[in-house]
Amino acid sequence: MAQPYPDTYLDPERAGFYRDLLRQMLLVRHFEEKAGESYAQGKIGGFCHLYIGQEAVATGALSAVREDDYVFAGYREHAHILLRGTEPGSVMAELFGRADGCSGGKGGSMHMFDAERNFLGGHGIVGAHLPLAAGAAFAIKYRGTDQIAICFFGEAAVNIGAFHETLNMAALWELPVVFVVENNRYGMGTALERAAAVWDVYRRACSYDMAEEIVDGMDVLAVHETTVRAVERAREEQAPTLIEARTYRYMGHSMADPIHGHYRTKEELEEQKKKDPIRRLEKRLVADGLMGEDDIKQMGRDVLAEVEEAVQFAEESPDPGPETLYTDVYAD
Amino acid sequence: MATLTYRDALNQALREEMERDPDVFLMGEEVGVYQGAYKVSRGLLEQFGELRVVDTPIAENGFAGIGVGAAMVGLRPVIEFMTWNFALLAIDEVVNSAAKMLYMSGGQFPIPVVFRGPGGPALQLGAQHSQSFESWYAHVPGLKVVAPATPYDAKGLLKSSIRDNSPVVFLEGEMLYNIKGEVPEDEYVVPLGEADIKREGSDVTIVCHSKTVSVSLKAAERLEAELDISAEVVDLRTIRPLDVAAVVGSVHKTNRCVVVEEGWPFAGVGAQVVDDVQREAFDYLDAPVQRVTGADVPMPYNKHLERLAKPSPDGVIAAVRKVTYLDGD
Amino acid sequence: MATKVFMEALSPTMEEGKLLAWQKQEGDEVTNGDVLAEVETDKAVMELQARGAGVLRKIFAPEGSTVEVGKIVAVIADADEDIEKLIAGAGTAPAGAPAKPVAKPKTPAAEPIPAPAPKPAAPAPTAVPGARVKVSPLARRMADERGVDLSHVRGSGPGGRIVMRDLEGAVPEPAPVPLAAGGYEDVELSQMRKTIARRLVESIGPIPHFFLTAEADMDRASDARDTLNARDVPPRISYNDIILKVVAAALLQHRECNAWWMDGTIRIFDEVHLSMAVAIDDGLITPVVRNAHAKSLREIAVETRELAGRARERKLTPEEYTGGTFSVSNLGMFEIDQFTGVINPPEAGLLAVGTIVEKPVVDDGELVVSKRMRITMSCDHRVIDGATGARFLQTVKRMLENPLEIVY
Repeated sequence: MAQPYPDTYLDPERAGFYRDLLRQMLLVRHFEEKAGESYAQGKIGGFCHLYIGQEAVATGALSAVREDDYVFAGYREHAHILLRGTEPGSVMAELFGRADGCSGGKGGSMHMFDAERNFLGGHGIVGAHLPLAAGAAFAIKYRGTDQIAICFFGEAAVNIGAFHETLNMAALWELPVVFVVENNRYGMGTALERAAAVWDVYRRACSYDMAEEIVDGMDVLAVHETTVRAVERAREEQAPTLIEARTYRYMGHSMADPIHGHYRTKEELEEQKKKDPIRRLEKRLVADGLMGEDDIKQMGRDVLAEVEEAVQFAEESPDPGPETLYTDVYAD
Repeated sequence: MATLTYRDALNQALREEMERDPDVFLMGEEVGVYQGAYKVSRGLLEQFGELRVVDTPIAENGFAGIGVGAAMVGLRPVIEFMTWNFALLAIDEVVNSAAKMLYMSGGQFPIPVVFRGPGGPALQLGAQHSQSFESWYAHVPGLKVVAPATPYDAKGLLKSSIRDNSPVVFLEGEMLYNIKGEVPEDEYVVPLGEADIKREGSDVTIVCHSKTVSVSLKAAERLEAELDISAEVVDLRTIRPLDVAAVVGSVHKTNRCVVVEEGWPFAGVGAQVVDDVQREAFDYLDAPVQRVTGADVPMPYNKHLERLAKPSPDGVIAAVRKVTYLDGD
Repeated sequence: MATKVFMEALSPTMEEGKLLAWQKQEGDEVTNGDVLAEVETDKAVMELQARGAGVLRKIFAPEGSTVEVGKIVAVIADADEDIEKLIAGAGTAPAGAPAKPVAKPKTPAAEPIPAPAPKPAAPAPTAVPGARVKVSPLARRMADERGVDLSHVRGSGPGGRIVMRDLEGAVPEPAPVPLAAGGYEDVELSQMRKTIARRLVESIGPIPHFFLTAEADMDRASDARDTLNARDVPPRISYNDIILKVVAAALLQHRECNAWWMDGTIRIFDEVHLSMAVAIDDGLITPVVRNAHAKSLREIAVETRELAGRARERKLTPEEYTGGTFSVSNLGMFEIDQFTGVINPPEAGLLAVGTIVEKPVVDDGELVVSKRMRITMSCDHRVIDGATGARFLQTVKRMLENPLEIVY
């Protein structure tokens, strides 16, 4: 498994970059914790899938793409839109269903969009957004620009037809797209081993003669470096890549589920938490003398304050007016 | 005026729109090298090249989604389904992605895509290759649904569909590709959402679209000759948005209405038309509206059974006799 | 598809009709609109038309029989069509009994079909007093607009549904719209007028009549008539023609008497359509001289002959005996000196004309013999008050006594 940086060594010249990664992961963590709390208070409705535990994947990968690249994600996408730079208040307001939400309150937890930041959703049907990402990549090729498209999805999506159709056409047509499988080991409550004949997801790429990568999804730096390679491959060689990032979610599949449920043990969950991606980066930053414990605590407090502001913004945002019910059904 | 087939009228529309707008491209099975399963895309690969006339593998859901994704970033894809029967494999992308993207993104992502291809019952193709899907797609807010009956309308409506910023489901009549009709040499478009009175009349309104327009016109001629009944034939052309005003206006004049479609009866296009008519023209109706539909069965292979399963001029005439009370009790 | 032929309501008030003659016989081909039979209604002899095409397969009502409106009289069907059920149904329908729709339960095909037992078949559904009237939305709107009472209209649609064609030519009831287009003025009722109307009705019946009688000197009218007829050019002018002409002219001067009572409004007409009572063998009918005020004495004479002739032959159409604005009833030929007539609603007035008698009268202090005629006006008090009627009658009397006034 690729581990470009041994835990014992960090490049001091990139201290600022590491701090940014840590801050981003903390933002996601605290945002999701607050979302969970707000859900419990009845301020957020419907399905709500939290990202806690998986922060290193989106943070590492999205730190490897440009602002003009196109980003697609599934329904566990609060982290991805935050990492594109969308205001946390706008994301929280969307969860609250308010007018100032990033989709005007009409999308919700699963349908976040930010056209300005090239975040193209926010898709609720497993696997259905893979062709969309390939379509954006097709448009890039059509126009001859040097953008790429990146698409995040869970390991359960690799068993759906759209995955195979898309990877085939992406490879066949040499589309500039990076597919990131966030393998958190469970498709809802079904373990990968109970759903797939091939347990190493990255090996699926060989069916389409596509480049493959396997990375520790609890190591943000490893994810970053892996994605950098894949993005370069897409941008320079118009060749798609399938990245498998092995990660773990701490929460249930959605807020409707118990935290560990029948399908996994409490012990397994506790064991995984020891590999926590945030704690891991913090330890290394402290060990290498790039951040102090106090710095880190202060960073956590700052991020928390930012999230509190986001909640306040969401709470103060109005509901969308009844006149918006019939808007945006058809384009002008 | 040139006389063109429906097929060539569509070909002209594609060619003209691809010439006019470099963002328009055609993608689908056999559209390029093979020149189109029904030859609608004949010559386009040669003129526009592989980037704009894209042969796909047999992967309807995949390339439909690719069309939607390309539309999200501003291209104007025309996605051809070899037939609409195969598009069932792609209905998730058409309904869940294309139709809803603008709404669930709060207006940020319009999807200017056209999904097109032949539909409707054909000849002895059996149950899986011979069916109508208008009402399936017309049910979905966010989609526009077009089903032209003539070469003129086919060309003008396809051009409008390609220029429209909403996803359009464009259902060509598989049995219509060879019909001929006059098509102007000059540039024109037919706006979406406008029905067309294909024949004026005063005694009964026959509402129809696609293949059933010719069925209804034949019935109208016979009604005139045999029963001295003057039938007005209203071709919907666009199923959604439905031109309710045109239908209701005609019924206000004739006081009787028959709705004809090739699709199945349950929750069909005609059911929607009847709903609008009973509400908007209640006091003008002299008889309950009658519907003529495809038989409520999967399409049989046998020629005779197949004929029974499709709307016919006889069926339309029988319905007109009912609404004009020619049959007594 | 078989078409049942029903006795239709061929006049607004018809409840039954007498089949005078079948114009088509069993086995004849018929098409829509063909005249099947002549039917005598309460008012006239009318034509019963075919509402379906095919062969006249069966006639149920023989010539001379009287059939209730809504009863089946014949069946039109294809030559080879099985009409046994229809025949059975019609044959056992109790004659003369009020038609009662009997729902015929459909036997589901899956259930065993019981052995056929002879039982009275359902008569054709017809309008039943108090029953829901089946009517198409369009026909209902048309009836509302024209003031047609749907309970008197026979529906020709499925299950007796009244449809558009059933209202084509239907005569409004109770208040017909004048067929001649012309202006009129609807006068809204004042509260006092409403109270008067209600109280008068409560006291003396549906139409509160009152009567005014005058005696006219007919010497000059007689001279005028004789002079005209001496030319020996047809038509001969009768006293009745002169009376009609005078009444029409007088009504123009007293428009408030040329009016209808319309339950809520009084309609005052600009034009005079005179109903003329004509006695026929077994009753009375009132053909209408339209626009009588605009017609010459000669025109009136020609028209009244023609109308009276066809009235006696029962050939008048409903359009010809409805829509009058005032009636004249003349019993002079029966040597009746004076009588009171009953108003023909919705008209508000009627003039009853007695015979002309020579009698001694005092004229300027001298006893002379004079031709005298008594005229009695019946007034609907809701529309015409005593003085209003009296002034009108005074004008009529004056004009009769100085017939030159009618050309003045």
